[in-house]
Amino acid sequence: MIETIVFYIFAFSTVVTATAVVTVRNPVHAALFLVLTFFTSAVIWMTLEAEFLAISLVLVYVGAVMVLFLFVVMMLDINIARLREGFVKYLPLGIAFAFIMLLLMLNVVTSDIFSNEAMLEPAAKAADYSNTKALGSVLYTEYVFAFEIAAVILLVAIVAAISLTMRKRTHTKFQNPSEQIRVRKADRLRIVKMPAEGE
Amino acid sequence: MSDFIQPNLLPALPEMVMLAMTCLVLVVDLFLPQEKRGFTLLLSVLTLLLTLAAVMFVAPVDSVSSFGDSFVLDQLAVTLKIAVCIITILVFIYSRDYLIDHDIYKGEYYVLGLFATLGMLIMISAHSFLMIYLGLELLSLSLYAMIAFNRKSLMASESAMKYFVLGAMASGLLLYGISIFYGITGTININELSTLVSAQADKNPVALAFALTFIVVGLSFKLGAVPFHMWLPDVYQGSPTSVTLFIGTAPKIAGFAMAIRLLVDGLSDLQVDWSQMFIVLAVASMAIGNIIAIAQTNFKRMLAYSTISHVGFILLGILAGTANGYASAMFYTITYAITSSVSFGVLLLLNRRGFEAENINDLSGLNHTHPWYAALVAIAMFSMAGVPPTVGFYAKLSVLQAVVQVDLVWLAVAAVLFSVIGLFYYLRVVKVMYFDEVVEDQVTSIKPALDVKILLSVNGLSLIGLGIFPSLLMAYCIRAFA
Repeated sequence: MIETIVFYIFAFSTVVTATAVVTVRNPVHAALFLVLTFFTSAVIWMTLEAEFLAISLVLVYVGAVMVLFLFVVMMLDINIARLREGFVKYLPLGIAFAFIMLLLMLNVVTSDIFSNEAMLEPAAKAADYSNTKALGSVLYTEYVFAFEIAAVILLVAIVAAISLTMRKRTHTKFQNPSEQIRVRKADRLRIVKMPAEGE
Repeated sequence: MSDFIQPNLLPALPEMVMLAMTCLVLVVDLFLPQEKRGFTLLLSVLTLLLTLAAVMFVAPVDSVSSFGDSFVLDQLAVTLKIAVCIITILVFIYSRDYLIDHDIYKGEYYVLGLFATLGMLIMISAHSFLMIYLGLELLSLSLYAMIAFNRKSLMASESAMKYFVLGAMASGLLLYGISIFYGITGTININELSTLVSAQADKNPVALAFALTFIVVGLSFKLGAVPFHMWLPDVYQGSPTSVTLFIGTAPKIAGFAMAIRLLVDGLSDLQVDWSQMFIVLAVASMAIGNIIAIAQTNFKRMLAYSTISHVGFILLGILAGTANGYASAMFYTITYAITSSVSFGVLLLLNRRGFEAENINDLSGLNHTHPWYAALVAIAMFSMAGVPPTVGFYAKLSVLQAVVQVDLVWLAVAAVLFSVIGLFYYLRVVKVMYFDEVVEDQVTSIKPALDVKILLSVNGLSLIGLGIFPSLLMAYCIRAFA
């Protein structure tokens, strides 16, 4: 009973905050609403007994990604008026397509295959069941290959980002102290023999 | 709690060798001065050769699967992996002079290329939705970066951006389809999926067709089939030609593998549904590709539209739904990759510092200045058009007979008609090379290095060789689906 109440409270607030993310005018507020959305979805995951995923969602997304995101939003001066250009013009077409998609999806989602009879409620795990342990035992055995590839994708992201953005500045002036210390007379001074100028 | 079970790592040896060597290339390249960059290329080619050796070393008699059935090594995987590695070696060597001339001769180019190849190998062997997706993302991410590699070129950045946005959307669509299949069957494993889908096929045709549609759309985006082809001409034209060469060859093979793994291995029970979708896509691709290519003056753009029409042919082979059809499509894909590596390879040679050869007119009178390279381009064009004795003829013939075998004669007739239309623009290139005058201020003196000369010649002659002895390759294609 209490689980159902928790679910409805947080599911409702997830929907409300997610809507707010795309409707509020201030980008900083939108980012903060996104934080709240992540937080409420983490609670829903918690009720699904996926505590490891719930915690990592809070730690990684709320703690790290969104803070970075907020920094970016605050630093960039985003022109909202330009972003909304053409919004009204394309609105009818967008609504028409969204409506067709909605009908099609409803047709599928309300079919028997996703009904309560077809999708039985999974049995609750015992209190000492560790979700983290279960994940760990398959992560490095059955899914080790996929896990490694995910790491490679991150490596590619690093290589790509650096190779696309790093540029050597050729015009900057800087001193190299060790070269300055090791300089010899011969490096800087050239003695030129010249015939004496006669009368 | 189960004990720690170590999966069988041996089938993934080629991928492991490749990853380890790629990381080595990445680190070694860091310490090389610019004039020793050739060593990076040497090491990259060595990586591919070692991977090739590893593929041959682990090649099983039957199919072997590992990592909880999410990885499979069968005859199909072995043949396609060998093809991908060989073609990538050609791509790396052909692009060297182009990269030097355009000041983008950097180690990252090869590192990203190797990572893309790794992604292709993973896609070829993937036997779960997760692996297919990860392989695809690894390939696409590397390609996005490679396209934008020439930072001075505004057009390259634009096409990279286009490819990135549309590619991300296609991945999203694919993932959406995957998630619905997961909702219906509760599995991401291809083998389990195929048994569960056949159990559900009668009960829930609507939901399955809904999920299938998203998978097919995502797939067509990646392959470049009409009406999801919009990105292809822009990306081909905007990228540095060396990257166009790469995109236009090896990833097609990986895309074919993805289609086979998803649709044939996993969703063969829905064959009636997806082959109907493929009929529409194939006819539209052949029509739009061949007709719009006529209007192109840019050689790269023309080849992009020609790719679209060839994708139509590959889809024809797959939609036949027989082992014969799959083998023909596989033969078509591999030979297409070989053919387009010749045409882009010669185009790369024509480039020099400060001059980007990419219009059809840049080839005019090539026969007077460089008869051998003109002959190679002519062979490639004849092969793409499907003129005997080149391999393109046999590839088209085998796809058509597979389609006729399943009583879709009208499709075969349509394919032949569109090929006849396509003949026009392929022959125009030959006409420009052989009968037009040399444009005086554009006389290019091509002095390729010896290795490029030899490889390009062998590559070009192989089109005739395979055309006369198609069974050299066809035998492997048939065995892959036996």
